[in-house]
Amino acid sequence: MTALVTLRNVTKSYVRGKQKVEVLHGIDLAIETGEFLALMGPSGSGKTTLLNLVAGLDQPTGGEVLVAGDRIDRLSRGSLSDWRARNIGFIFQFYNLLPVLTAEANVEVPLLLTNLSKAERRRRVQIALELVGLSERARHKPNELSGGQQQRVAIARAIVSDPTLLVCDEPTGDLDRQNAEEIMNLLQALNRSQNKTIVMVTHDPKAAEYASRELHLDKGLLTNDTRRAA
Amino acid sequence: MKYFGLVWAGLWRKKTRTVFTMVSIVIAFLLFGLLQGINQGFSTALARLDVDRLYVSARTGMTDGMPISYLSRIRNVPGVRAVSMWAYFGGYYQEARNPIPAFATDAVELMKVYKEIKIRPEYIEAMAKTRTGALVSEALAATHGWKVGDRVPIGTSIWTNKAGSNTWDFDIVGTFDASAYGAGFPSFYLNYSYFDEARQFGTGELHYYIVSLQDPKQAQRISREIDDMFANSSVETRTQTESALAQSQLKQFADINFIANAIVGAVLFTLLFLTANTMMQSVRERTSELAVLKTLGYSDTKVLILVMTESLLLCLFAAALGIALAALVFKSPALQKLFGDFSMPLFVAGIGAGIAVLVAFISGFPPAWRARQLNIVEALAGR
Repeated sequence: MTALVTLRNVTKSYVRGKQKVEVLHGIDLAIETGEFLALMGPSGSGKTTLLNLVAGLDQPTGGEVLVAGDRIDRLSRGSLSDWRARNIGFIFQFYNLLPVLTAEANVEVPLLLTNLSKAERRRRVQIALELVGLSERARHKPNELSGGQQQRVAIARAIVSDPTLLVCDEPTGDLDRQNAEEIMNLLQALNRSQNKTIVMVTHDPKAAEYASRELHLDKGLLTNDTRRAA
Repeated sequence: MKYFGLVWAGLWRKKTRTVFTMVSIVIAFLLFGLLQGINQGFSTALARLDVDRLYVSARTGMTDGMPISYLSRIRNVPGVRAVSMWAYFGGYYQEARNPIPAFATDAVELMKVYKEIKIRPEYIEAMAKTRTGALVSEALAATHGWKVGDRVPIGTSIWTNKAGSNTWDFDIVGTFDASAYGAGFPSFYLNYSYFDEARQFGTGELHYYIVSLQDPKQAQRISREIDDMFANSSVETRTQTESALAQSQLKQFADINFIANAIVGAVLFTLLFLTANTMMQSVRERTSELAVLKTLGYSDTKVLILVMTESLLLCLFAAALGIALAALVFKSPALQKLFGDFSMPLFVAGIGAGIAVLVAFISGFPPAWRARQLNIVEALAGR
C-alpha cells in the first residue's frame, strides 16, 4: 500500500491575543490509500487542527504535508482552493448545506467548479444521491429533511466529484444513535466498496469502531495508533 | 451562467428583506425614469423646435403689448420670409375652469410661418372672409363637440368688447391639425383685425411677432437687427429663437433639470446605503455558508464575484423594473395629455442601467471583499 497522506514533523501554533498556543508538536503520520482512519482524543487535543491541515484548509507552522503527491504546505491560497476542489470531500458535524438550495442543487455545488456539462452534472448528482439512498428527496430543501437525511446529502456532496480523500469532522455528532449508525454504515460502505480513503475526527468510540485504524491525539501529540482487521 | 442558480437563491435567502430592498430600488428608479424622462423629453422637444422662427416680444415682459406698427418694419428686415402675430385673448368656454388657449392672429400669415399645420385651404379663405371667424384645432373641437358652422361663445377675463360684454361669439370656419408642434401649441385662433376693432382698450397692440426666416443661419443677425431697430423706442423688443423662448417659459416654472438631478441624486445616495446595508447583512448571516463554499474549492476571487453578482442582480433587476414602470407611466393617457407626446428616450434607460451597476458595485464591494477575506477555519469554528 502507498501513503496517500504523509505528515513529517508537522507543527501548528496560533496566536491568541498576546499568547502563542502550540496545538501540534512535530506530528509524523502516514495514511495509506483505502484506509478509514478515526482520529480521537479529548477536546483541545488538536484533532480538528490536524484534519484541517490534511484537508488543505489551514497551513502548518512547520513541517511537510504531502497529500496525493502534492506538498500542500507550499501551495498558495488560490492553488489550495483548486487542489481541494479536485482532491477533498468534506463532511461536517452540522451538515453545512446551503439552506436556500434543494438537495440536488446542494450536491451539484462542487461540480459547478468543473467543466462538466449540465447533463453530466445532473447524472453525477443523481448517482451520488442514489448511493446515499436519497434520490427521491432530491427536490427537497434541507429544512424539509431530517438530520440523518441532511447528513446523507452532505455525504453525496462530498463524494459527487469523486475526491481522493474524504474528511469528516464529527459526522455523527449531531445525530441520534440510529441515524449515527446509518451514517457510519454508509461511510464504511464507501470505504470498502469504493475504496475511498477516509479521515474522520470523532469523540464517539462507537463511530470509531467502523474505522480500520484508530489514532489518538493528546495535547498535540500522537499517543496511540491501532489498526483493525477488516 | 451555471452559477446563476446559486446567486439567485442567495439573493432570496431572506425573502422579505430582499422584497423591501427591491421595492425601494424600483421606486428610486421609477422616480429616476420619470424625472429624467420628463427632463430629457423637454430637452428633446426643445431641440426639435424650429430654428428658422424668431419670437419678438416686449423687452419688459411677454404680457406687455407692442404696437402693430412694428409689423411692416419687421417684414422689411432682409432675410425675413413671413411675419405673423399673436395677441393673448385668454379665453374660456362656458366656465373659467375650461380654459381655451385662444390667440388673435392673421391666419393667412400664420400658416406661412407654421408650415407643418395641416389645414384645408378653404378654411384659411373662410377665415380671411369671416370677421368673427375662428379656427380651432381638431383636438379642441373634439373635446367640446364643436364642428364647422357652429357659433361658440368664448369668455375672457381680460378683454371687454365694445358691446360691454366679456363673452365674445365666434363662428367656427375651420379646423386644423397642429400636432407637429406638440400639445402646447395654441388651439383657438380668432381674427386680429376683428379683435382689435371690437375691444374696448389696448387697441393696436399685440404680444408676439412670429418671424419666419429664409435662412436659419441668419437668426442671430436678424434678432439683433430687429431689437436694434426698436431700441430707445417706447416699447423695446426682445427677439428669441423658438427654443430659447420655450426654455425661458419653462424656467418661469422652475429649473426642471436642476430639480430632477437633485431629487434623483438624493434618492440614489440614500439607495446606496440601503443596498449596502442589505448586502452587508446578507453576507454577515452567511459567513458559515461562504466558508463552506471556500472549503469545497471556491477561490477567494470566485466568492467575491458571486457576492458582487448578487448585488448586481439585485440592483439591475429592480432598476429594470423601475425604469420599465416609468416607461409605462409615460404611455398613460393622463401624462400624455399633460406633457404631450412624451416618451422616455432609450438612453435614459441606459443611464439608469449604468447607475444601477454603479450602485451595485459601490454597495456590493465592501461585503464582497469581506467574503473574499473570510478565513475558512475561523468562519467554520464560528469565530
